[in-house]
Amino acid sequence: MKLDSKIPDGPLSEKWDKHRFELDLVNPANKKKFEIIVVGTGLAGASASATLAELGYEVKTFCIQDSPRRAHSIAAQGGINAAKNYQNDGDSIWRLFYDTIKGGDFRSREANVYRLAQVSNSIIDQCVAQGVPFAREYGGQLANRSFGGAQVSRTFYARGQTGQQLLLGAYGALSRQIAAEKVRLFTRRDMLDLMVIDGKARGIIVRNLISGNLEKHSADAVILATGGYGNVFYLSTNSMASNVSAAFAAYKKGAFFANPCFTQIHPTCIPVKGSYQSKLTLMSESLRNDGRVWVPKTPGDRRSPGDIKESERDYYLEKKYPGFGNLVPRDVASRNAKLQCDMGKGVGDTKLAVYLDFKDALKRDGQDIIARKYGNLFEMYEKITADNPYKTPMKIYPAVHYTMGGLWVDYNLMSTIPGLFVLGEANFSDHGSNRLGASALMQGLADGYFIIPYTIGSYLAEASPEKIAVDHKEFNISYLNAEARIKKLISIKGKRTVDNFQRELGSILWENCGMSRKNTNLRKAKKLIKELRAEYWENVLVGGSEKDFNQRLEKAWRVADFLEFSELMVTDTLERQESCGGHFNEDYQTDENEALRDDKLFCHVSAWEFQGNRRKPKLHKESLKFENVELTQRSYK
Amino acid sequence: MTKANGEKCINLKLKVWRQKTKDPKGRLESFKAENISKDMSFLEMLDVVNEEIIHSGKDPIAFDHDCREGICGSCGAMVNGRAHGPEKGTTLCQLHMRHFSNGDTVVIEPWRSRAFKVVKDLVVDRSAFDKIIQAGGYISVNTGGAPDGNAIPVPQEVAEKAMDAAECIGCGACAAACPNASAMLFTGAKISQFALLPQGHPETKKRVLAMVGKMDELGFGNCTNERECEAECPKEISIINIARMNREFIKSAISP
Repeated sequence: MKLDSKIPDGPLSEKWDKHRFELDLVNPANKKKFEIIVVGTGLAGASASATLAELGYEVKTFCIQDSPRRAHSIAAQGGINAAKNYQNDGDSIWRLFYDTIKGGDFRSREANVYRLAQVSNSIIDQCVAQGVPFAREYGGQLANRSFGGAQVSRTFYARGQTGQQLLLGAYGALSRQIAAEKVRLFTRRDMLDLMVIDGKARGIIVRNLISGNLEKHSADAVILATGGYGNVFYLSTNSMASNVSAAFAAYKKGAFFANPCFTQIHPTCIPVKGSYQSKLTLMSESLRNDGRVWVPKTPGDRRSPGDIKESERDYYLEKKYPGFGNLVPRDVASRNAKLQCDMGKGVGDTKLAVYLDFKDALKRDGQDIIARKYGNLFEMYEKITADNPYKTPMKIYPAVHYTMGGLWVDYNLMSTIPGLFVLGEANFSDHGSNRLGASALMQGLADGYFIIPYTIGSYLAEASPEKIAVDHKEFNISYLNAEARIKKLISIKGKRTVDNFQRELGSILWENCGMSRKNTNLRKAKKLIKELRAEYWENVLVGGSEKDFNQRLEKAWRVADFLEFSELMVTDTLERQESCGGHFNEDYQTDENEALRDDKLFCHVSAWEFQGNRRKPKLHKESLKFENVELTQRSYK
Repeated sequence: MTKANGEKCINLKLKVWRQKTKDPKGRLESFKAENISKDMSFLEMLDVVNEEIIHSGKDPIAFDHDCREGICGSCGAMVNGRAHGPEKGTTLCQLHMRHFSNGDTVVIEPWRSRAFKVVKDLVVDRSAFDKIIQAGGYISVNTGGAPDGNAIPVPQEVAEKAMDAAECIGCGACAAACPNASAMLFTGAKISQFALLPQGHPETKKRVLAMVGKMDELGFGNCTNERECEAECPKEISIINIARMNREFIKSAISP
């Protein structure tokens, strides 16, 4: 199978317009004849469900949580980008496009990223109309702030809870369609399998997490908006339920998985404290607007931060990157924090932390202004660490946060399985090898509100699929397979708990496939993962029964998938013999320890095709063509 | 008590509500929580206890949780009779064990409210909150065609007040803490957000009647100014939002 990205011809700025004209339409009266399944109710899933229902389609929406409002988009803090140029500071669609392409270290598609920048402005308008309480200036105009990787202020925000407010906006729109009976909502459902019948995505198998019963649902098209796979590292800023299972089930049914090695390690998280730790907490990147990052100049300096004089502090980001200073992109900030700690200059009990200091901003602006911008973040920090950041600098360290890789999709957001569309973090398309801050919310909502409503219509008009009954034999086979896998997990009754396995998997990946990667370590990781997976299926202890509300069983299923997916991730990491963005292979770096790309050999998307459990997946390459920007070594000096 | 690595630890006695299904028979079961680091969160303490329960072959304690950073609203339980435990403005996942002392007995129960049926142990069904939102907790705009974001200026103090209300995480602590099991803080917060913002005005009357009607229909009680909801709300949402809802309700009921 040859990958066809379906990027329209013509000048970059006209592609989307032209494409929208060329897409087939579904007659308004016919839309109600089509059923669409949407899995996930984060920004992408909720906005897609609501918008498709508004257009007249019959939508069935599924989520893991007890309410669609709890999807993990809710935890996004800092903001959402748009090229409004309200600040008159030189922003434009072209600049947002360029910053995103460059921020992604030239590993994303020009056409997709340009479209994202184009629709960014409509997203803000839509959210304001929904009553999202964005921050305002005194005159009542929308306020903006700066974010990493950009030299303009284009980030819209609602205190440190932008994701929450945008998600509640989309949840409101979704709720309106539920009330109108255009969306049927299924909560506490875990997607276990994708149904592919006659080569097309036609439904899903889900587990009702309360009763434990498996259910079969058919549709004319399936949308996955199931988020990223960051929890493969065990410790991450993702929510506890975030998982790769739905995407991985699609991969096993023929959807290609693209660039799984592209994971984002966010520079400003609260450092790890103890072995019991269940998750990591992000401190928004927006804090780098006013906080200054530093470490003591002398390695091993154990004095408290207040005792270290200005002349003894190393503001290493400001020194090394005078142009962007503390606002360098995330990958650069994370790698430099690690470098400082590797040199023995880390602070705190574990020496795996750097300071983020608000002393100067507090002196300049006063506590009231700082509290208005970041109050809830400072409070959260104090609750977790018992340190008061108004008085003493925060201690921060990088943590796994977002995954740029995901299921491969074409320009229409359709995977390699016809009728299977993938939105938001679950797809791979827009962020290359490093996502800029405040771009995830933008992409999730762009996909759901403004792209899928056009492209899925064209698919349905063209394919006009026949109705499928849920007693079709493919449904029954999948149902029985899922049931058998659940029974097997429960029956092993081994000695190690699911958490215990996931913790070990996470540490294998963090050590060998994290911020800094080496070929020898990657090979070792592959072996360790295989051994751990084999042990899992002989020694896992799940407990309880399958026909019950059994949270251990939910997790056991997800960890079983992580144990397979992680091998694909390491395979992809080994395959990409270059460094780019968040993917840093130590063999490929500049004299100044920056990521060194190899555009001759690796200017492509790596898309992996499943070949059965015992065979190596097959690599397909989509070469990336840059017709509008020049490939350069990224510089933030 | 200090571990070899200097970590401060405590031992606790837990009494946890156990209920297998929605069938309302349940009981308190005792567990020991030992060597609990004071830096752990409350939910991490439950994780540690659950790992031991699993090894002993019993059914672990079921509890809802997801983001573990105080924003998704999944977690929540009555801890020694207080919703989300003893700390002000804190969700259960952000409550840390440094607020407990060695030897404490900690009683953990699910939300108690007529409209929130227990699913299992500490897990309750809060879909009633979704139903209240479905009754009108939104502004009726379809995607597309919205005017420029700056077309309607919103004074900063109005935006701030709307945001104060909009911070609600829908955890259910307000209804659980209220002696009348009232959902007025939850409902009032959403009504306030849209009553304050100009975008919400066209539907204010319809919205308040529909949402209050749904709230009553679902079995939530009325407000008698006990202010327990405000005291226990992890986002410290003010009962001024209930007053605003009542004002809007009266206005709408008098001249519909």
